[in-house]
Amino acid sequence: MAGSKLSNLTKRRQRAESSGEPFVDALRAALSHNRVKWDGASRSLHSHDASVFDGGNSGPVVYPETTAEVQAVVRLANQHGRNVVPRGAGTGLAGGAIPLGVPVVVAVTKMNAILEVDEVNRVAWVEPGVINLDLTKQLKPLGYHFAPDPSSQQVCTIGGNVANNSGGPHCLAYGVTNAHVVAMEVVLPSGDTAMLGGLEAEPQGFDLRGAFVGSEGTLGIVTKVAVRLTKNRPAVRTLLMAFDDVRDAANTVSDVIAAGIVPAAMEVMDKQITAAVENYVGAGYPVDAAAVLLAEVDGLDSGVDIDADRIAKIGRSNKATDVRLAESEAQRQLLWKGRKTAFGAVAQIAPDYYLHDTVVPRSALADVLEQIYEIADRYDLLIMNVFHAGDGNLHPLIVFDGRQEGVLERVHAAGGEIITASLDAGGVLSGEHGIGVEKQKFMSRMFTNDDLDHQNRLRQAFDPHCRTNPGKVIPSGHSCADIQSLRSVPNTVWG
Amino acid sequence: MSATLAVTDPTLLAFAEEVGETDAVAIEGGRTRWDLGGIPDGEPRLIRAPEGIVEYRPEEMTVQVRAGTSVGELHATLAAKGQRTALPERGGTVGGALAVGENDFRALGRGRTRESLLQVRYVSAEGKVVSSGGPTVKNVSGFDLPRLMVGSLGTLGCLAEVILRTNPIPAESRWLHAEGVDAQVVFDALLNPSAVLTNGTEVWVELEGHGPDVEQQTKVLASLGSFSDAEAPELPAHRWSMKPSDAATFTPVDGERFIATIGLGLIFTDSPQPRSELDPAVVVISERLKANFDPTGRLNPGRMPGRN
Ligand SMILES: Cc1cc2nc3c(=O)[nH]c(=O)nc-3n(C[C@H](O)[C@H](O)[C@H](O)COP(=O)(O)OP(=O)(O)OC[C@H]3O[C@@H](n4cnc5c(N)ncnc54)[C@H](O)[C@@H]3O)c2cc1C
Repeated sequence: MAGSKLSNLTKRRQRAESSGEPFVDALRAALSHNRVKWDGASRSLHSHDASVFDGGNSGPVVYPETTAEVQAVVRLANQHGRNVVPRGAGTGLAGGAIPLGVPVVVAVTKMNAILEVDEVNRVAWVEPGVINLDLTKQLKPLGYHFAPDPSSQQVCTIGGNVANNSGGPHCLAYGVTNAHVVAMEVVLPSGDTAMLGGLEAEPQGFDLRGAFVGSEGTLGIVTKVAVRLTKNRPAVRTLLMAFDDVRDAANTVSDVIAAGIVPAAMEVMDKQITAAVENYVGAGYPVDAAAVLLAEVDGLDSGVDIDADRIAKIGRSNKATDVRLAESEAQRQLLWKGRKTAFGAVAQIAPDYYLHDTVVPRSALADVLEQIYEIADRYDLLIMNVFHAGDGNLHPLIVFDGRQEGVLERVHAAGGEIITASLDAGGVLSGEHGIGVEKQKFMSRMFTNDDLDHQNRLRQAFDPHCRTNPGKVIPSGHSCADIQSLRSVPNTVWG
Repeated sequence: MSATLAVTDPTLLAFAEEVGETDAVAIEGGRTRWDLGGIPDGEPRLIRAPEGIVEYRPEEMTVQVRAGTSVGELHATLAAKGQRTALPERGGTVGGALAVGENDFRALGRGRTRESLLQVRYVSAEGKVVSSGGPTVKNVSGFDLPRLMVGSLGTLGCLAEVILRTNPIPAESRWLHAEGVDAQVVFDALLNPSAVLTNGTEVWVELEGHGPDVEQQTKVLASLGSFSDAEAPELPAHRWSMKPSDAATFTPVDGERFIATIGLGLIFTDSPQPRSELDPAVVVISERLKANFDPTGRLNPGRMPGRN
């Protein structure tokens, strides 16, 4: 800075623009005025994510551009006794990014550079705000992609994927995000940085990288990630199979796995969702079928033919009424377009929906689906199913009109029963959306107090003072779950 | 496979009793990596984890197995149904393999050890059975303690029972060997080889998959050099872990023999790897972890992952 004149000027301007909030002023001094938002509209916008839960209460919203700026924000928050909530694109469905306790919201969306593509080590170093699909598009000319492909991939960030250990249709063969994060730089709740994991074959020490992935923004802020590059496969076969009974589709899925075939993807859509999708994009799905199964295998030419053949046979032996093989890349894209726009299609037909996410053993899919339809009948609700069948990941979609008297109570009660049915079948609470605020109260249905206490010990090794994204994941009654001035878990539904 | 809640299996409860809650204990597997992360301090009471396969569900590609079971025995049972796990077979136990966390040298084809653990049950320093993770192949319910347990050298809890992901054994597998070809070029030319190894002059490749796929990849190899069927090479005893790019250009001190794994980054050679320092911020968290999970330092005293 050239002399005191300039700094006096700056000081005067800052005084003139003082927000009246010392914390906000300190953040503005550290970043810049326009990258620290304190207006009602910005705060209100960042008080929600894509979940059905009511917003929280956002403090200032900051847009750092460098790791050093993230550190400065975290240190200032510590000095001012404020909590910190990391945020990507806000597409989370479990309320993970909802700010509780009026924290500073650290939106990493401006940190969106692909820093390096390292082909020998088969990794790309990216900033956390890089959009999932943008990375895959950038890698395409080099013959690689980023394997996790959540349905929200056009908007969600790599940082959000890491925090939620996100999945997608093609994670069946390739694994969820954890398998694709090699190393990462994080800003710890203390404000220090740490490099977790490493490009080495077997990084030394505890696998803090592994513990951080899926921690839903409670252990620190990801500022740089080395993600694994997956080689694009030269050959792909995509099959569409139609069934008169959703049970036959589910049985086909478990028979394929039992036969020792791990397809790249296996997705099931039931009659209701198929009709909605067909109406929306005209993907060529058979609308009279009770269920449609999309199965994809990839690899080398001869191998994919063998697997596609075997899958078709298994489908036929489970009474598939129609078995189609995509004849061209255009046909294949169309089949996937139907699957990928399923949520958009639903938005056309109902004002509100609540997307659930549980996992059951694949062999229990048919039984649990039957129970879900029974629950829908009992609560007089429309529940559509479009899900990652290959790994048993159910996504019951409750469609409703929130203006109807008493409907919310029924939606939540039905959701609770779906979770119970999944756990009773030997399943788990969440396959990819996480716990956030959505499933906190169900955690004690899956874990004992001692189990939860140990999860909390991990959390507090990173964040002893519970400053980062407090009030998430671990249920009430454990430290870091109950913090003064956190608002209670919201109950109304997004509309 | 039951949901995770409230462990009632008498074998696990008896193991918890044996671990107890006061004196220092060290858990023995096959002792194949006894000195890793430091030799146990003092004279801890030696204990062994329970043995046996609890439930194998080939159709789910999962197996529930007690930590004291040998990896060899587990793999023999799985092989009868055409499956395997990512765990390396070195004469040790399942719990030992997970606690050490090393990969099979063919990890590119078999998967990484750290990704194979779906659910873990361990006995805590307070003598309680703790569960984390779940029985399904996909799960993000809560903090990921299974990942933390892999490679923790038994310093955070005594592994009692786990659920592992299994994988189908490919229809065909074949080792090929050639001299005078560039191992990195070989690796880049293939789609997902299970292993590409080199000692600087020779190259060994393991191809796995459907017969016609293996055939096709063999043709790719033939275009690069004169490959012929071979056995896997013998691996020197010490393993070094480095970036794949460093492994590809590795030259040993004093011309020691070595085998480098291309694309993975392991080197097998005759002398131990000089350890590097951990990031100080990582050390702070690691020490807090240890203090939070084992406040009195009774589990495997003297050991710490990453310590020389
Ligand atoms: C239509 C739709 C379809 C979806 N489909 C899928 C799907 O197929 N599979 C799936 O897994 N998910 C799916 N999701 C959920 C969601 O898109 C994913 O969880 C995604 O990874 C969230 O990314 P985000 O950038 O929006 O994160 P946010 O919603 O902004 O944040 C999610 C969590 O990550 C934390 N976080 C964000 N950035 C960071 C960072 N840099 N450091 C530390 N913590 C951070 C936040 O605190 C929060 O807890 C879907 C959502 C929608 C709306």
